Amino acid sequence: MSLPAFAELLERLVFTPGRNAKLALLRDWFATQPDPDRGVGLAALTEELVFTTAKPMLIRDLVAARTDPVLLALSHDYVGDLAETVALIWPERMGVNAEPPTLSEVVEALEVTPKAELPALIAGWLDTLDSGGRLALIKLITGGLRVGVSGRLARVALAEWSGKPVEEIEEIWHGVAPPYLPIFRWLEGQAEKPDPRDAPVFRPLMLAHPLEDRDLAALDPAAYRAEWKWDGIRVQLTAGPGGRRIWSRGGEDISGGFPEITEAMDFHGVLDGELLVIRDGLVAPFADLQQRLNRKQVGPKMLRDYPVGVRLYDLLFEGGEDLRPLPFDERRRRLEDWVARHEPARMDLSPLIAFASVAQLSEVRDGARAASIEGLMLKRADSPYLAGRQKGMWWKWKRDPLSIDAVLMYAQRGHGKRSSFYSDYTFGLWRPDGAGGEELVPVGKAYSGYTDEELGWLDRWIRNHTTSRFGPVREVEKALVLEVIFDAAQLSGRHKSGVALRFPRIARIRTDKPASEADRLENLMAYVEAGPAEG
Amino acid sequence: MGCTGAAQGQASFTMPHPETWLRVTPDGLLCEPGGFFIDPVRPVERAVITHGHADHARPGHRSVLATPETLAIMRARMGEGAGDSQQEMRHGEVLRQGDVTIRLVPAGHVLGSAQVVMEWRGSRAVVSGDYKRQADATCLPFEPVPCDVFVTEATFALPVFRHPDPAHEVAKLLRSLALFPERTHVVGCYALGKCQRLITLLRAAGWDRPIHLHGAQQPLCRLYEQLGVPLGELRPATVANKAELRGAIVLAPPSAIADRWARRLAEPVTALASGWMRVRQRAKLRGVELPMVISDHADWPDLNRTIDEVAAPEVWVTHGRDDALVHALAGRGIRGRALHLVGLGEDEDEAVASEGAPAA
Repeated sequence: MSLPAFAELLERLVFTPGRNAKLALLRDWFATQPDPDRGVGLAALTEELVFTTAKPMLIRDLVAARTDPVLLALSHDYVGDLAETVALIWPERMGVNAEPPTLSEVVEALEVTPKAELPALIAGWLDTLDSGGRLALIKLITGGLRVGVSGRLARVALAEWSGKPVEEIEEIWHGVAPPYLPIFRWLEGQAEKPDPRDAPVFRPLMLAHPLEDRDLAALDPAAYRAEWKWDGIRVQLTAGPGGRRIWSRGGEDISGGFPEITEAMDFHGVLDGELLVIRDGLVAPFADLQQRLNRKQVGPKMLRDYPVGVRLYDLLFEGGEDLRPLPFDERRRRLEDWVARHEPARMDLSPLIAFASVAQLSEVRDGARAASIEGLMLKRADSPYLAGRQKGMWWKWKRDPLSIDAVLMYAQRGHGKRSSFYSDYTFGLWRPDGAGGEELVPVGKAYSGYTDEELGWLDRWIRNHTTSRFGPVREVEKALVLEVIFDAAQLSGRHKSGVALRFPRIARIRTDKPASEADRLENLMAYVEAGPAEG
Repeated sequence: MGCTGAAQGQASFTMPHPETWLRVTPDGLLCEPGGFFIDPVRPVERAVITHGHADHARPGHRSVLATPETLAIMRARMGEGAGDSQQEMRHGEVLRQGDVTIRLVPAGHVLGSAQVVMEWRGSRAVVSGDYKRQADATCLPFEPVPCDVFVTEATFALPVFRHPDPAHEVAKLLRSLALFPERTHVVGCYALGKCQRLITLLRAAGWDRPIHLHGAQQPLCRLYEQLGVPLGELRPATVANKAELRGAIVLAPPSAIADRWARRLAEPVTALASGWMRVRQRAKLRGVELPMVISDHADWPDLNRTIDEVAAPEVWVTHGRDDALVHALAGRGIRGRALHLVGLGEDEDEAVASEGAPAA
């Protein structure tokens, strides 16, 4: 009965906003489901197993043959989603004796069934299932599961369930294929840890703590090395006889979106770096890189207009040699030698920044205003490369945020713990309305930065100053000023105001300031970094 | 039952068409020769009320005819407004009002809910009010009455609405409690009918611990018990401390489950018991984590089955998805007519929320 069980898990995951609750649901799945179905389900959730065997058209034809066209159209119109409409409207056939398929049966059958026999196969399955099961099956076989479970979250759940450290699981994960039987056997203490051998696997990244004032005071400049914190996405490049992979920070395989990088990875080793859009040696703002993210495939225009490269931070493996136990200085020397020797295309070194004192470093940080730089990284010269955040080893020292005083315009309730609070705020700035007056134009949305007390205060203020409601959104009197801080302002064709903020959050509630004295759009435009605008 | 046969022989000289004696007016559905309205939307002289939900039982009528349970519910909900004079009518009794005979027959919707069966000069009309065919331990089951015109609701009249077995939905809630024993499970449900039905379903599933109630749910639960529906131990959620509410089931009006009132609960899992929960987007919009498809209205198969059972050649649809139902009826040679009655099917949720506000 694993498909109905999987359907119930899917439904819970879709509706559950909280990370901890999602983890509990996944742990329960691992503990209660048999092999190989638990592994098949896991791979389907994390989209390591994606089917595109059945096209939505096939499903549409199946249901059209079984329903009145007018009623089907009315239903589809009401429900919205085709897969869900089919799952709900599918006429239940009395006298079905077959058991619902298991997940592994579905997977196997899809592999061996000739195309012409697929409709009958799928219709037969749908007859055995209830509406939840039908929806799960349709989403599964048309490749549209999307339940918000990342590979990282799944591995954390495996770690919590088994008691094994998540880093150990990560290092072998990509070396074992679904349904991960050797991994489950190892996690249940029935076998040795699987050896991925030459398979390209992800090594957990070393991360940095934010540098607070007290840490700064205690910092010994001689013990640390500094480099820029580039504003792209952190990646790990793994290449060798077993293949080439680009891993995201969370260990997702994003190779498919960056063919020009994989093409350049003709080496054997593991590198840590920042993926950036780089034109003529200049790093473009993050908004440019965003054009390239979350794409399975890229066309020639994308490749030409948004060329990417990797700025290298670290060398983890050279050939088969694990350099991670070596101190940073030693790894850095090996990295510099490696770059000099290989001269890899589309890759360059992230330069070290010389400094003699904290004061001097602070000046360097304040002087950095390029949109492509988030701040500084400080790494202990003797730090080995360790998984996760290790206190005192690496620090990130972001540059001071920019700030504007904006007017609260709309508010929306949050999710999970915040579902009873108006916690998401859309704020705006003044600009001429073209008729001699002034109007507010929304410039961003923030849902963090405030304390619990401030959240409670804002929630009450919003309820007492609502002027209209649009579904879950409340429009409020344009009377409250919020100090909003953000890391950068970038031109954007997708926003009404023409500008997009990076990481906006609420710094302070400015009850002392009348709305008419809030900032104007032109104040914000002055912060926009020179850089190519989007089309 | 003779009239059913007569109805087939249309254009009969002796039997009037129901349209000649049952009319839609701005005040609601009027039985002209009887001089009374059924579930009128504005205060009238004489009203027959099918059941106690706020969109059917409105305050301010001069005389009200309904089942004893419906009258008790109206008095509990609206006090003075329940009608200047009230006339009880039990199932099985027959009343003559002018030339019209009236009977009330169980509708299976909520406690006291009834269909109004009227006969005039050999023509029989049944106004079913809201109804369902699923079993419900809190009220009498629906009885089909063959008739010449059947007046039906169509709240869930789309083939996508097929309500599952409610025991299956309650089992989902209990499995969630087993998985998250530290969290309060708060279930949004209408104060009249759904709340008490849910309690009996939980009891049937073996949940014998106390069930906690939002203030708005308490008066009707008390009334149900007085009227002979046992609900087991109930406690107010409002005075309970957080520790007591860990792993507890709390029933509250749908409007309260994700609002300020719910902040007193221990890491609540929000559930909502409603037929609308069958559609994901509906559940998502409400921020529901555990949708429970439990409805007191007939689903698509039951609407169609009921219409076939009453064998009426003509069906009038009061409110809901009349387009789909009228289309489906046409395919079976039944004449369907959308009445577009205003005021019915309005969200009971909002009515309950405002009632519950002082108690919450």
